[in-house]
Amino acid sequence: MRSRDIGFRLSTGAFAFVLASIVVAIGFELSRQSMLSIQKFGFDFWRTSTWDPVAGQFGALPFIWGTLYSSILALLIATPVAIGIAVFISELCPRILRTPLVFLTELLAAIPSIVYGLWGIFVLVPAVRSLEIALPDSLRALPLFSGPPLGVGMLSAALILAVMVVPFTSTVAREVLRTVPLAQREAAYALGATQFEAIRAAIFYARTGIVGAVMLGFGRALGETMAVTMVIGNNPQVSASLFAPQYTMAAVIANEFTEAADELYLAALVEIGLVLFIITLVVNGLSRGLIWTMAGRKSGRAAA
Amino acid sequence: MTRMVWRRMLSSLFVGACAIAVLVALVPLAFVLFFVLSRGVQALNLDFFTHMPLPVGESGGGMANSIVGTLILTGLAALMAVPVGVMSGVYLSEFPGSRFTSIVRFAADTLNGVPSIVIGVFAYGVAVLPFRQFSALAGGLALGIMMIPIIARTTEELLLLVPGALREGALALGATRARAVFTVIVPAALPGIITGIVLALARVAGETAPLLFTSFNNRFFTTELTQPISSVTVQVFTYAISPYEDWQRQAWAGALVLVTIVFICSLMARLATSRVADMRGR
Repeated sequence: MRSRDIGFRLSTGAFAFVLASIVVAIGFELSRQSMLSIQKFGFDFWRTSTWDPVAGQFGALPFIWGTLYSSILALLIATPVAIGIAVFISELCPRILRTPLVFLTELLAAIPSIVYGLWGIFVLVPAVRSLEIALPDSLRALPLFSGPPLGVGMLSAALILAVMVVPFTSTVAREVLRTVPLAQREAAYALGATQFEAIRAAIFYARTGIVGAVMLGFGRALGETMAVTMVIGNNPQVSASLFAPQYTMAAVIANEFTEAADELYLAALVEIGLVLFIITLVVNGLSRGLIWTMAGRKSGRAAA
Repeated sequence: MTRMVWRRMLSSLFVGACAIAVLVALVPLAFVLFFVLSRGVQALNLDFFTHMPLPVGESGGGMANSIVGTLILTGLAALMAVPVGVMSGVYLSEFPGSRFTSIVRFAADTLNGVPSIVIGVFAYGVAVLPFRQFSALAGGLALGIMMIPIIARTTEELLLLVPGALREGALALGATRARAVFTVIVPAALPGIITGIVLALARVAGETAPLLFTSFNNRFFTTELTQPISSVTVQVFTYAISPYEDWQRQAWAGALVLVTIVFICSLMARLATSRVADMRGR
């Protein structure tokens, strides 16, 4: 390499270094700011559920519960739909429909969270409320449906999250399905497989990447803030009920950060942010790993 | 034979289920667009763009300050993210294979997956807390951090699409690598790179969470970068959770403006990428 080219490498490399160091800086800064809370509460922070800023008592169990519960529910709803869309667009649909359908799923991903939240408050929540009221009493006795029918709560949050996660999962699943060799499908048909059996074989072939796609959706759901904050009811409690207003990690940061008057309160909120950061780091890392193994580097890009 | 019938039935059922999945996803999209459009159009008028917010009880008014605020915030974000993002993209595409490149690529994908609220907490820590002051600069920083990985990865991908013959031609004429990149390769990919930047801008313009405690909100018109500043998204949030009908109407108008921006940008990107795909196919 010529010496002039070394200058080029170093100068562009410096910008790339800035990019990489931002991730490190986020981890460092969040750890630093939350030190007070980490030292004071230790692991109890994640095991206790009293959140009382006035008394200086902070337990984050309800938030981590709400985040995981809402995200997992959203995945349960979104995954079959997303895979169905991916299969339909990549395997079944007439060519002419493909581009418009891809555009519409992209649009679903591009609509700002705040718009989903606004729609959630004024359209989804009332609809969910009437659904909850209409539920027969025999079912209302189950712990899954206990509590008054408020509309705001876990069910609304999971539904809105599912809508927001579907485009991410389906886009990556579609890319992954595209990497399944054509010969694999032809072989299945040659053996007399029906369309379903051939596609099932393709999905099985692509399973690693599809699990990656689902995890990518999970990562999105965990960190989603505005739409969830606006419909989940913001009540820190650990409840299995779909009707109960609950709270998530991202939502408590959004709601209380500007009110955090003393240092310990702020540190507790930052610690929640730190853990959210670490969880999404792990989930996204795993998901990228799976997608990359499956599809090579190029399709990993499709997730961006 | 009955087994064959059963298999065929199962297959049709599956195909039907996939088609239903598409409908299931498109129904909420249609609902969201319908409500944003119908309620937004009722509330949207010229005043929305030219007037300031009015106190509770007085009807009318607009979001002029928030619109200017969003423009300033996204402008600041672009100022920071475009150089870093584009140059990182150049590095990633020019020096593939090195260990550092894999690290940067991984960092970009990781940063892309970091929840926006976490980036807001980070920006608060480095740009609000030390100065004891919410500011447009802090909001711009948060949005800029979100834009960088998107721009970097788009730039990388588009530079890799530029035909190798162009680069070889430039190098054969005695150009240095830097010269070949900045006068031949980057210009060839420029329309695509600009599309990527526009898409990244559209995405951060719709962000609310990282602005809540960085740029905060401001009832007044300001272009002061060291002061809290309003933005359309935060204003929509404030109005949406307020009990006043007039404010809620304004929120729908704001949502319509946001969705329109996103729609136009996505459409532009679609058209541009199909052109790039044509170039590739030739």
